[in-house]
Amino acid sequence: MTEPAIAVRDLTRRFGGFTAVDSISFDVAPGEVFGFLGANGAGKTTAIRMLIGLLAPTSGEARVAGFDVVKQTEQIRHQIGYMSQRFSLYEDLTVLENIALYGGIYGLGAEQIAERSSAMLQSLGLADDLVGRLPLGRKQKLAFSVALLHEPAVVFLDEPTGGVDPITRRQFWELIYAAAEGGTTVFVTTHYMDEAEYCDRISIMVDGRIVTLGTPQELKSKWDVPTIDALFVKLARPA
Amino acid sequence: MSNAAVAVRGVGKRFGETEALTDVSFEARHGELFGLVGPDGAGKTTLFRVLTTFLLPDAGSATVLGLDVVRDLWAIRARVGYMPGRFSLYGDLTVAENLSFFASVFGTTIEEGYDLIAPIYRQIESFSGRRADALSGGMKQKLALSCALVHRPDILFLDEPTTGVDAVSRSEFWDQLHTLRESGLTIVVSTPYMDEAMRCDRVALMQGGRILEIDPPGEIGSRYPLPLVAVTGADRYRLLLSLRKAPHAHAVYPFGSELHYTDNRAGLDPGEVASELRDYARGQGFGDVEITAIAAGIEDSFMELMPAPVQRAS
Repeated sequence: MTEPAIAVRDLTRRFGGFTAVDSISFDVAPGEVFGFLGANGAGKTTAIRMLIGLLAPTSGEARVAGFDVVKQTEQIRHQIGYMSQRFSLYEDLTVLENIALYGGIYGLGAEQIAERSSAMLQSLGLADDLVGRLPLGRKQKLAFSVALLHEPAVVFLDEPTGGVDPITRRQFWELIYAAAEGGTTVFVTTHYMDEAEYCDRISIMVDGRIVTLGTPQELKSKWDVPTIDALFVKLARPA
Repeated sequence: MSNAAVAVRGVGKRFGETEALTDVSFEARHGELFGLVGPDGAGKTTLFRVLTTFLLPDAGSATVLGLDVVRDLWAIRARVGYMPGRFSLYGDLTVAENLSFFASVFGTTIEEGYDLIAPIYRQIESFSGRRADALSGGMKQKLALSCALVHRPDILFLDEPTTGVDAVSRSEFWDQLHTLRESGLTIVVSTPYMDEAMRCDRVALMQGGRILEIDPPGEIGSRYPLPLVAVTGADRYRLLLSLRKAPHAHAVYPFGSELHYTDNRAGLDPGEVASELRDYARGQGFGDVEITAIAAGIEDSFMELMPAPVQRAS
């Protein structure tokens, strides 16, 4: 049996008397596109911060790409890519400067950086402009490619398509599929419920706990709803 | 004189090389819930700033409540409520302090505006001593809306009030807007979420500084120019790539659990497209596909109307 790309057991995080993440457990298989859904304040960001080694759990454990998120944070950082809507690239650097910067941070050699830079410019159809001048959609596609620059085993995407036009949003998902076909595990959050249907499996988090997890098809028939949007409305706000 | 609540004629605005607005014209009626729907960079915020008198247009003219946005700025400012997209509150003031500050700026008090804001403000009133910084996203949004309403404006401008907000809270917010509209308030609201267009009386679809179409949301799909079918089947990604190569494919995009396939032959019966496409898919090794003719939604229409350069799929 192959080892899961992400393995989470009873992961918990408290802030004072408040339990932000309450004993969550799940596995994500290599090459899987996993949608991590929940309302604002459900605990998604806290969970992601623990998985990428930025926040220590109060209890429980998690392994990402085979490494422990508490004891092996350094190894994990080499094995993961991360992008969010808020922080991705440096706007006052050019496309190539950003790629060189991140390549350097991830420990790639000059030759590798040059090779991957030109491949990236070509596949995204970009010139070497200042990143701040790019339209949001192109910026987000570039940020995703940069997050994959060091060929990580797992990539975390925190609302990557917020505010992006509907065509670019779909092109972005095609990049996700292509990465997953290549074996990269994709862990993604979104507020667009149609995008939840594009994931291999999804989980829905409510008040720090994972209340349901499965393929979109399984969950729709289990909860007897026509869409994931309807399921989200049903579960995310218990009356 | 126009009796529209908002009348915009040929407005243009440029920032250096960037044309933020190009020849934008529309009217919003009194008591209407009018939506500006489009992605980031469409020009929505620039348009709001022109209409709320914070930016001068380079070209064209606009009136709000019959008042000119350039000449009559002070008269307009007293009568509009504006909720900007970025957090408009003072983080180190409490909930109650923020509200009384906004009331005092307009020479009024919380008490005078209370009945109007009550349905919204009551939901956060028990936190009135809490600093605005420490509120959740949904609570900040309710406070910002209360602050924009406390002086009883005649028109409300809301710039992306639901961006980054989860699907359930978004729906609750729209319920509140409908309640406000019942009281006769004119509301102009922008959003990047296409599904929210359905909650407006009329919408303007915006992209790249231009208005693509203005219609009641239910009518936008009916103008879709080409036959459209929904396809479902296993191995969606490969199916998508394969359908793009079909002889008459115009556009193929994922839509939730389906793929939407637009045929490039206008006027052809969608039923015929479906059966032809079924044969094609079978020939490509996709035996189990289900294909049905469908009516276009807002997002189908928006993508079809988008200017060509962005339309090339990667």
